[in-house]
Amino acid sequence: MSLRGPLARVLGRGSAKQGVHEWWLQRLTSIALVPLAVGFAVSLLTLPALDYATLVGWVRHGGTALGLLLFVLVAARHSQLGVRVVIEDYVHASGLKTLALVATNFAHALAAAAAVFAILKVALGGHL
Amino acid sequence: MPERPLSPHLSVYKFKYTLATSILNRFAGLGLSLGFLLLVYWLVALAGGARAYAQARALLTLGIFKLVYVLLLAAFVYHLVAGIRHLIWDTGRGLERASVRRSAWVVATVSVVVTVIVAYWMLRPGAYAR
Repeated sequence: MSLRGPLARVLGRGSAKQGVHEWWLQRLTSIALVPLAVGFAVSLLTLPALDYATLVGWVRHGGTALGLLLFVLVAARHSQLGVRVVIEDYVHASGLKTLALVATNFAHALAAAAAVFAILKVALGGHL
Repeated sequence: MPERPLSPHLSVYKFKYTLATSILNRFAGLGLSLGFLLLVYWLVALAGGARAYAQARALLTLGIFKLVYVLLLAAFVYHLVAGIRHLIWDTGRGLERASVRRSAWVVATVSVVVTVIVAYWMLRPGAYAR
């Protein structure tokens, strides 16, 4: 005899309906990265030079700054999801797996934040 | 936790082009994740001012980095083309054996051609000399 009612027994047993969230995000970031990554690569590789003045001018251009911000944010998320799946697939020791997941998540957040800060600093900075 | 069969084991499958294109996409993705860190380093150096950038540039133009950039380029192009193939698969199209084989060839050919052309552009004499 249990004191739990029929509703309490059934709650939490079904799908949380979030199972495809990350699968979907990986697709969404993939689609976004097609134009963002190609645009970034073409824009960078067609620069006449890679000296400081040229690059600062490049990043300060509004279109470049916006494109760079979107690219690094979406790429960081896409990379985090991808590395996560690889770890989940190949690292089976549960402690090591958790450690690896925590480390890659932190690393991706740090990389994304540093990139965004750097882009904004160059794009909005006064001095050259 | 109950022992469940764990899917991706490189060692238990017969090596075929389907496995090759799939695992290459993963390696390319992982390579690009490392390349992303290089991009962040480069952006942070740029934000650090002319002097910091000059130091980073001296490092990033060492001869060995030519190889790094060509590998990153190959990974970028392959991951892009193979990724588009995956997106097409996600719509339920192109999953029959014949079309999988055909698209594997398309991915391989397009990747090699685009990589060679862009690598030639990147490494052309006098490129980005200033």
